[in-house]
Amino acid sequence: MAHEPLSTEDIIACLDECLEVEFSFVENETPAQAIVKLPRREQDFILNLTRRVAGTNIKLAYQLACHAIRALEAMEQHMVEAWAMTATDHYDRKGLLPAMSVIRDLDSFIDNARKRACGAVFEEQVSVLLPFLHGLSGRKLKLNSADRAYTDTETIYLPPILTTLPEMQENFLLYKATLAHHWAQIQYGTFRVDLIDIYSNDANSEIQLKKFYALEALRLDACIQRELPGLYRDMQMLKQKLNQLDNQHRWQDLQTILSEQHSSVHTSIELVDKVKLEDCPELFCYQGELQLHAVREIMNKRIEREKACFRVALSEVAKETLQQTACDETENTGEPTKGETAMFEIREPDAAQSAFNDGTVELQFEGELVPTSEHIRKLMSSIFVDFGEIPSEHLTAAGPDEYDLSKYEDSKLDPGEVWKDTYHKEGVEIYNEWNVQRQHYHKNWCVLREIDVQPVYDSFYQDTLTKHKGLLKSLRHSFEILRGEDKLLKKQPHGDDIDIDAFVEACGDVLSGMEMPENLFTKIHKEKRNVAVIFMVDMSGSTCGWINQAEKESLILLAEVLEILGDRYAIYGFSGMTRKRCELFKIKTIDEDYDDNVRARISNIKPQDYTRMGVFIRHITRMFNDIEADTKLLITLSDGKPDDYDTYRGEYGVEDTRQSLYEAKQQGIHSFCITLDEKARDYLPHMYGAANYAVIDDVAQLPLKVSDIYRRLTTG
Amino acid sequence: MQPKTLKPEEYFVKDEPYYQPVDEEIAVFEAAYAQCLPVLLKGPTGCGKTRFIKYMAWKLKRPLITVSCHDDLTASDLVGRFLISGGETIWIDGPLARAVRHGAICYLDEVVETRKDTTVVIHPLADDRRVLPMEKVGEILEATSKFCLAISYNPGYQSVMKDLKQSTRQRFVALDFDYPNATLETEIIVSETGIDKNTASQLVKFAHMTRDLKGSGLDEGASTRLLVHAAKLIRDGIKPVTACKTAIAQTITDDADMLTAMHELSSSLF
Ligand SMILES: Nc1ncnc2c1ncn2[C@@H]1O[C@H](COP(=O)(O)OP(=O)(O)OP(=O)(O)O)[C@@H](O)[C@H]1O
Ligand SMILES: [Mg+2]
Repeated sequence: MAHEPLSTEDIIACLDECLEVEFSFVENETPAQAIVKLPRREQDFILNLTRRVAGTNIKLAYQLACHAIRALEAMEQHMVEAWAMTATDHYDRKGLLPAMSVIRDLDSFIDNARKRACGAVFEEQVSVLLPFLHGLSGRKLKLNSADRAYTDTETIYLPPILTTLPEMQENFLLYKATLAHHWAQIQYGTFRVDLIDIYSNDANSEIQLKKFYALEALRLDACIQRELPGLYRDMQMLKQKLNQLDNQHRWQDLQTILSEQHSSVHTSIELVDKVKLEDCPELFCYQGELQLHAVREIMNKRIEREKACFRVALSEVAKETLQQTACDETENTGEPTKGETAMFEIREPDAAQSAFNDGTVELQFEGELVPTSEHIRKLMSSIFVDFGEIPSEHLTAAGPDEYDLSKYEDSKLDPGEVWKDTYHKEGVEIYNEWNVQRQHYHKNWCVLREIDVQPVYDSFYQDTLTKHKGLLKSLRHSFEILRGEDKLLKKQPHGDDIDIDAFVEACGDVLSGMEMPENLFTKIHKEKRNVAVIFMVDMSGSTCGWINQAEKESLILLAEVLEILGDRYAIYGFSGMTRKRCELFKIKTIDEDYDDNVRARISNIKPQDYTRMGVFIRHITRMFNDIEADTKLLITLSDGKPDDYDTYRGEYGVEDTRQSLYEAKQQGIHSFCITLDEKARDYLPHMYGAANYAVIDDVAQLPLKVSDIYRRLTTG
Repeated sequence: MQPKTLKPEEYFVKDEPYYQPVDEEIAVFEAAYAQCLPVLLKGPTGCGKTRFIKYMAWKLKRPLITVSCHDDLTASDLVGRFLISGGETIWIDGPLARAVRHGAICYLDEVVETRKDTTVVIHPLADDRRVLPMEKVGEILEATSKFCLAISYNPGYQSVMKDLKQSTRQRFVALDFDYPNATLETEIIVSETGIDKNTASQLVKFAHMTRDLKGSGLDEGASTRLLVHAAKLIRDGIKPVTACKTAIAQTITDDADMLTAMHELSSSLF
């Protein structure tokens, strides 16, 4: 059904309302005049988009309304939407001015959009490029984007978008080739000499460095040809497309020398004086630039750190080995003489085996091979990449107090910095968040960390048992009934045992001339409960006092009765302050036994800050992926609406929580909320669904109710 | 219904299976066998455990009875049960009882998959009593020195729930299996499939790439078994990149990005 186009007045009224004209005093006449000329569908599209952006910022929305028509003329609707979202995203991350310039600078967005249509975009390809990089041997490198491609020997930087070639697939290949080339620099030892020392002394050095870089590229190509012939073919193909092959052929002789198996970075350096700059081929399409100062800084730090870690690890190996021998030879007292440092040796793999020159060398101590841990192997392969060998000064075990390793540990991460860093970071998980107004996820929005709860060994557990003695008894009884019992099924066609009654009956039948019936066995039917449940306990500041106490008591009682059922369960507390600090407190993991430590951790559950919810539900959903169970249940204990210090209030928080619950449901997780908030009837049905919540009016009832609800939820 | 059971002599491994020793596993197994100690083989999937036990059965000239364990396996499935035939009940030995009677090697594959109450029936067999109580017929079977119990277990992917109980595992001599080193693995692929050495060694490189991705996107890297599969396809005329995709990548993950990344890796190699 086609609707009539809106009139100018309608449009003004609509804009006035969503741009809050009473306060903002924007002038809606001009945009309305333009919008009125459009068909109704496009009018609606623009007005809706304006409304969505207005949820973020009025001024931004006004600019959008003014520019939207031109955008619609130039791009598809979904691209116009992407343009608006880019602007709001800029607003969130960088502020109003950068966001405004996205809107105003429509032309460059359109231009970019055209490029993107055939270009390859780093953000989109990184999920493939990163595992690709990790599959190549050597040090575990990181990946990030920067204006030009280069590497500092720990991270490879690639341009945010590549549009050199006409097809997206080719541009992706170019990413791959660029990645591989910089990986090869690290892996095949371009930086095993200090290039700054060699090429910074005279006026000529810039030219020398250029020549070196061209020669080195040929050498690395040859290495890639040997190890990754398929990739080499792709790289040649790219060069051919970009007419870069001819120049390469001019250096045929040099290429032969550089391609020899034993050639190294020194070969390239030696050849520098033999070539003229004019003859140098231009940079190949996959060559980035040399950032020698970044390389030097990163390398020096790493070499020092890894040497320390390696030598300390060796000293532990030596200690273990010596203890071992001390046990074996009882006569010898086995005390290693003080001051004597343990020396290790390297056993090189046979030459025949060296197809893998990835540093798979073996470690010897006192003439015997020693087993190496994952940690040591990683260190060795990284050290090997830096030196092409394991230097002998690395091979003496560290003395007792020679190093303080804590010096090398990563300084505590500032969550605000998290996006600047690369895509994997220890101990931190990043989640999207749903923005209802924009109908769009904020990408990588929340930073979640799992935090250990210190156990407090006090009388809380005993006190709780005493206090709820009667309740516990009756709960135990009702849970025992629930426990899956083995049932003996009779008259089965197959089974473990003979059903004597049926058999006797059957013999009678046979004697009277009837056929032997078939169902003569008994079988044990194993009624197996396969339930996994995760409890998420509100630890926000508002739970202070009675609520906290009741929550803790509920958890103790619940754990007591769950032990009867044998259901697997985990308990986590959640709280946080803004999206950059979402903290999940580990009280009991799913496979942990319910023991004194768990009880002591429950005892130490303390109110913290605010309640952001979606991010935790997403995290727990991810956890459930690794848990195998027929029934997966997420139960939240809470005292109120989601609420956080930043914008996680009201509708926004409720809708994000609802969205995350929906995501959980898609993964087959049932969610249920138990709350103490009397007003919860206003928002919980919307979030959890009508039947999936319970409001408890009296805090004192909580311990009883929680167990009771659990029983109800997990039967039939 | 007459149950069909193989006669023990049908369980002999007649031809020498190809097995490439990786460490001292053969000597250890022989010693354990001589000393009547049960053996636990642990290691990731497809690294040669089943092949090894077959080889040992051949070498020791004992019949081999293999039971693939699953979570519905009951004690009766192992020990035996009554059946009814022509109006009478007859007792049928389960595989474990048969192995004990005939002095065979009984190999319980993936033993963690069974329920814990099933696992306990092997306890008296696995300690110095070496007996199999058969409660239903009121008999206690004593194992001769020829009988051997071996179980396998993959410590990698099970949840902690399915871990072997200490009381079970501490009865065994444990042999740790891992993927062989590059040279040996290449050799295995060549002997198993007759593919050329160069392709085999590229396949092994590909396997190492996927094993490096374990933990950052993959749950498990490519096993020797998968390499053998891929090599067989290649020998039959399939392009190496396609073989890597269908025989290896697709079997270890469903994740689209990881599949693309693995495809890029294999096409870099071939
Ligand atoms: N050392 C070896 N010698 C010969 N072949 C081997 C060896 N290791 C692996 N293989 C090859 O790998 C294939 C898989 O090995 P096998 O079936 O023994 O694995 P498994 O360890 O029993 O795995 P699962 O735990 O999945 O049962 C064999 O069919 C064989 O082709
Ligand atoms: Mg097997």
